[in-house]
This record gives sequence, structure tokens and C-alpha cells, in this order.
Amino acid sequence: MEGFWEILWGLGDKLAAHIVLAASAIGLGILVALPLAVWASRSQSVARISLGFASLVQTIPALALLALFFPILLSLRAVFGEGLPTLGFLPALLALALYALLPILRNAVTAQANLDPGVLEAADGVGMTSWQKLRLVEAPLAAPFIMAGIRTASVWTIGAATLSTTIGQPSLGDPIFAGLQTQNWALVLAGCFASAALALIVDMLLGLIERGMAARNRWQYGGGILAVLLGLAAAFAYQSGNRNDDAIVIASKQFSEQYILAQLIGSQLEEAGYEVEYRDGLGSAVVHSALASSNIDISVDYTGTIWTNEMKRTDTAPREEMYEAIVKWDRETNGIRVLGRLGFENAYAFAMREDRAAELGVTSLEDLVPIAGQLTIGGDPEFFERPEWIAVRDAYGLRVGETRNFSPTFMYNALKSGEADAISAYTSDGRIAEDQLIILKDPREALPSYDAMLMMSPRIANDERIVAALEPLIGAISVEAMREANYAVDREDEGKMSPKAAAEELADKIGL
Amino acid sequence: MTSILTFDQIERRYGASGEVVAVGGVSCEIASRSFTAMVGASGSGKSTLLKMVNALVVPSAGRVLFGGEDVTALKPAALRRRVGYVFQGIGLFPHFSVAENIAIGPRLAGEKLAATRIAELLELVELDPAMAARMPDELSGGQRQRVGVARALAGDPELLLMDEPFGALDPITRDALGERVRELHEKLGLTTIMVTHDMAEALLLADRVLVMDSGSLVADCTPQELLAGKGGDIAQGLVAVPRQQAEKLARMESA
Repeated sequence: MEGFWEILWGLGDKLAAHIVLAASAIGLGILVALPLAVWASRSQSVARISLGFASLVQTIPALALLALFFPILLSLRAVFGEGLPTLGFLPALLALALYALLPILRNAVTAQANLDPGVLEAADGVGMTSWQKLRLVEAPLAAPFIMAGIRTASVWTIGAATLSTTIGQPSLGDPIFAGLQTQNWALVLAGCFASAALALIVDMLLGLIERGMAARNRWQYGGGILAVLLGLAAAFAYQSGNRNDDAIVIASKQFSEQYILAQLIGSQLEEAGYEVEYRDGLGSAVVHSALASSNIDISVDYTGTIWTNEMKRTDTAPREEMYEAIVKWDRETNGIRVLGRLGFENAYAFAMREDRAAELGVTSLEDLVPIAGQLTIGGDPEFFERPEWIAVRDAYGLRVGETRNFSPTFMYNALKSGEADAISAYTSDGRIAEDQLIILKDPREALPSYDAMLMMSPRIANDERIVAALEPLIGAISVEAMREANYAVDREDEGKMSPKAAAEELADKIGL
Repeated sequence: MTSILTFDQIERRYGASGEVVAVGGVSCEIASRSFTAMVGASGSGKSTLLKMVNALVVPSAGRVLFGGEDVTALKPAALRRRVGYVFQGIGLFPHFSVAENIAIGPRLAGEKLAATRIAELLELVELDPAMAARMPDELSGGQRQRVGVARALAGDPELLLMDEPFGALDPITRDALGERVRELHEKLGLTTIMVTHDMAEALLLADRVLVMDSGSLVADCTPQELLAGKGGDIAQGLVAVPRQQAEKLARMESA
């Protein structure tokens, strides 16, 4: 676990962002839950409906709830205008607040239902108005129970907030997701450790307040509240002090290649004197809209992905045509500037062992057609259902003897051991070079191209200084160079590198 | 006789179409400075009748006049500050000290009750003034109800309502507190209405006994009249219980 402590000390900004997000979500949850609980205590149907709704929300997995806010906010733009953020802080706040609702609401409603009826009768009997009764009797007597609910909600929210990384909100989930993808366990552990420690400290402080309230010990709960407020103030101060609106935000999706390229782009910009921020581990589906709304400034995306997922095209087009169409479409519809192609593709392709291909005399998909009946082709679990496979099969009239599904790791092993003769692979995968595989040519261009493109948000689209800093990357990265860098990050032996180190090596290799 | 309180054809019905009658058309006058007991079995409507005085229960029909004004026309909070209320549940606020409990009525009216006045009220109910700083859960049941009485008296009420005030207390405490309340009634010139299911308690403390049955007023007598056999069968049925107990005890003593 080399570097664990260094990583941990470097998490200050993620921790501050995490605290600000979780505290805001719990605050919003309290703001909604408490009035609702008061209303519920005066109306059975409100109690039933609100508790039912809160329980229903709880059954949605946190990750799905976070992701669901993207389309919801997107559709709400019709009402609130295009300025409504669909990614980052707002959806994370809303989803987590909704998640925090149940424990607070349930405890508050239960506490009110269990108040001594004699005490409530006395409150009426001594002449309290309903507001005085709430303020002087119901609230103070329910407070310890409500505090217990807030405590539960806080621990949940701090844990679930790590998932907000996937919708572009920085949190302690950033190192966890980045570490999981690049199998950097020190990174994962540091993120988990920080978030668990935060949850434990908050739980302890809120527990102190809860017990102080139950024992009516002002010093105890006052001290706990003070400590919580100090922690929040520090996080807010740290974050507002650290906020830099001029920084260029570089996004990456959840795989090694993206982390490496983000670091490469970042170091180019830093050399040119820019401040950069990284938004690592974004969900693939949200990157393009985050870019269009300038929530992020730079991303690397692939022609085939934009073509099918964003432009919703079901046909395929020759490589150049597709690229030109995307550049035009993104400029006109989204204001995004496609600066250029990096020079390599990360496409679906068919790979074979070098020796086996030589033995069969195969160099392209066309060569496969006459012998396909005797061959076994392996694919990842979804491959044989994807349009790419159907396109290839129909374009070449392939009649394959057998198709088999493997998980990506075993797919390469199957090829090595001869259980599969050819497999579906990603062209920039590091294992292609490592396992000495060859990629079969696709002369009929049946497989859509997945050229890696450097994309810029509308905010910086016309900044020629940034363009000048990034232009050296255009057309500079060969697929071999990319494979090597990917392998350096993915490998499991002592040669393993961090994405940053791999990016440095890649920069040297391409002469930057 | 000046009357402070008038029940005028007062009714309280429950259920969707008002088919359950708790109090069905009761009319009577309560004289100023009188000590009235309302007696009846469980479910006879006596508690509901009492709670319509301080608007804890709203009448379905009829009126309750307090000092000539319809209580439903008064602001409930303002009304209840003029009416001391002691009930079986006691209902001391567990998060307030004894002193804070006693001072709550005046506090709601925007006044601060002086420590000397709190000490005086504690002495009135025969508690050590040093108890002012204690929390309710440090007191015995009897002590708590004494604080409950002190709280009801703190606002110098015109009327003291008591709903089974001694129901949860042991017999000795119950007797002592009953006597004390009667003394305070005289000393402070209060008008007191006490709801109880115990006829003996009513006979010993009150100067007028109203007997309720199934939501109706079935007898309105002095204790002497009840002991002389007046008030009808239901009232006499209730009087018979303590009388027979007393006679049995007397026979055991002379045997």
C-alpha cells in the first residue's frame, strides 16, 4: 500500500467538497422533513403518504437515484431555462437530500406519535397556542429522537455521497472510482478510509448532541453543535478559498485510457500556465452533456459513441464522413469545438494470435469468410447482441462455427489457450501489444470507427491560447503508443504505473 | 347567588352522523365560590362536560357561558389562562423544572413569576420551596400532583377545573391532598368543579353534587340531601356504596 498516506493527505479538497455536499443534502433533508413531520402529526393521510414516498425513495439504489436526476433536470430545463445545471452539485444535492429524508421523517413522526398524551393535554390546558405547544413542548421532547434520525441520515449520506463522482460532483468517491478502474488499491483504500472516518466522526459528534439533548445537558449538546459547526465552517471556507472559476476542468470516463489522456492534457495546459482541475470517473452517458453545458471544459470522446449515443444515428458512415458530420453537428447544436483527432481508435475489432493468423493465412475479415465455419469466435458478454457484430456478420456474410461469451479478462486467456480463434477486442487495449495479437483489417468498413477526439466546451471553444497548447496532441498519439500506456496502468506486476506516470511516459514518447 | 358559569342545553355528539351521545342537552348554573362535584360512572359524560368549559372539547350544540361570555367565542389560549386545570394525567412538562412548570401559565401571558411567588405556591400545596429546582421525574406521584395543583393556581384563576385529580394517588395521599384542595378553595375564594367517580370523595369535599348518567344530569343535590335519600335511584345507588362500607366498618369496630 505504497503512497497511502501521501494520497490521504492530498484528499483535502475532495474531503471539503464531500462535507459541503453531504451537509447541504442533510440540511435540505431536515428543512423538508421537519415541517412535513409537523404536518404529518396533525394529519393521518399526510403521515401515510409522506412516509410511503420516503420509503419508496429508499428502495431505489443510490447510484440509480443520482443518475435519474440527470434526465429529470434535463426535462426541467423547459421550465427553468438552459442555465439549470444537470450535472454536478445540484443533482447530487437533490438525490442525497431525498435519500436523507426517510430516517429524519420517520423518527420525527414516531417521536411525535409517542409523546405522552397527558403532557399534550396539559399544554392545551395551561393555554398554549398550537405554535407555543410545538415550540415549548413537542419540539424539545421530540428533539433527541429527531437527532437520532439526523444521525442515521448523516452516516448514510456521507457514504452515498461517494457515488456523486459518477455525475460529475467532486467527492471522496473520486479516488475510489479512479482506483477501482486502474486497480490502484492505495487510492481506493484512501478514499474509503477518509469517507469512513468522516462518517464515524460525524456519528460520534451527533451522538454526543443526541445524548446531551436527552439528558438536557446544555454543555454537552452545545459543545457537540459547536464542533459540528466548526467542521462545516472549515470545509466551506476551504472550498470557497479553493474555488477557481478560471481553472480548466478536464473530464475522464471510467477507464484507464481516459485517466491517462486527462493527465496528458492537464500537463500540456499547466505548462502553458493554466490551472487545471480533474473530474475523474464520470459516467460515460453524462460526459457529452456536461461538456455542452460547460460544466466540464475538455473531454476525449470517440466518433462512434457520439454518432450512436448523441446523434442517435442507427446507420454507419465511412470514417471521414462520420468525423466531419460530428464536427459540424456538435458545433451547430451544442457549441462544442472538436479540436481534432488524437490519432488512434478505440474501436471494436477482431484480434487473433499472431501465430494462429499466420498459420491460417488471415490478415483481414475477408480472409475469415471461407474458413469461418471451423472457427470459434469469443466476445464480451454483450458483443454478439451489439449492432457492430450484426454489421460485420451481414457485410461479410460470416457464418461462424461457434460464438462464445467471455468476461474481458478471460477472453484474452481463451485466445492464448486456443479456446477461441478470434475475439472481439478494443483496439487501444494494452493487452493487444502484450499478448502479441494482430488486429484483422476491415476493408468493407463494417465496423464503425471510434476515433478519439479532443473536445472543448463552448466556454473555452474560442480561446486560441488553449487551442495552441493542445494542438500538439492532435494526430500525435498512435494506437501502439496508447496501447503501451494503457498496459502500463492495467498490468498487475511491478511495472504498474499510475495514470500520471503513464501520461508522462506517453508525452516523452510522442516528443512533447 | 351570582353564577360564574352557565351550561345552556349543551350537547356533545361523536360519530359521522352524531349517533354517539356523550353529553345530551345539559343545563345548569354554577355559583361563584361554590365547590361542585360531578359524579357518575365511566362514560357518563362528566369529563366531556368539564372539558367543554375550557374548550378542550367543542360543543356540538348549546352554549357554555363563562362570566356571561360564550367560551367558544373566546380565544382558547386566553380562556385557559383564566381557568386552572388539574387532571389525572398530571402532565408536568418533563423537560421543565418544578419552578418552570408552575410558572408556565404566567410565562405564556408574558409575565415572569417571581421566585417568592413560586415558593408561596409550593407552600400552599405543602411542598418544600427548595423543590423548585427539581425535575418532575425526581418527585413522587403525590408530589407531582401537588405541583400540578400549584401550576393550576399560579395564574390566579377565576375557576379551578379538576378531572379525577386524585385518581392515580394512594389513599393516604389522596385524602390529604383532597383536604388541602378544599382548604385552598376556601382560603383563595375559588370556584371549583371536580369530576370524580368516587361518591365518598364528592360527599366529603363538595357543597353541591351533580350526578351524570348516559350524558344527562340525573341529580343536583347537596351532600346532606343525598345522604337523606334524595336525588333518585341512580344517585342513591352511588351513595349506597360508601354508606355500606362505612356501616360494615362500624359493625366490625363494635363487634
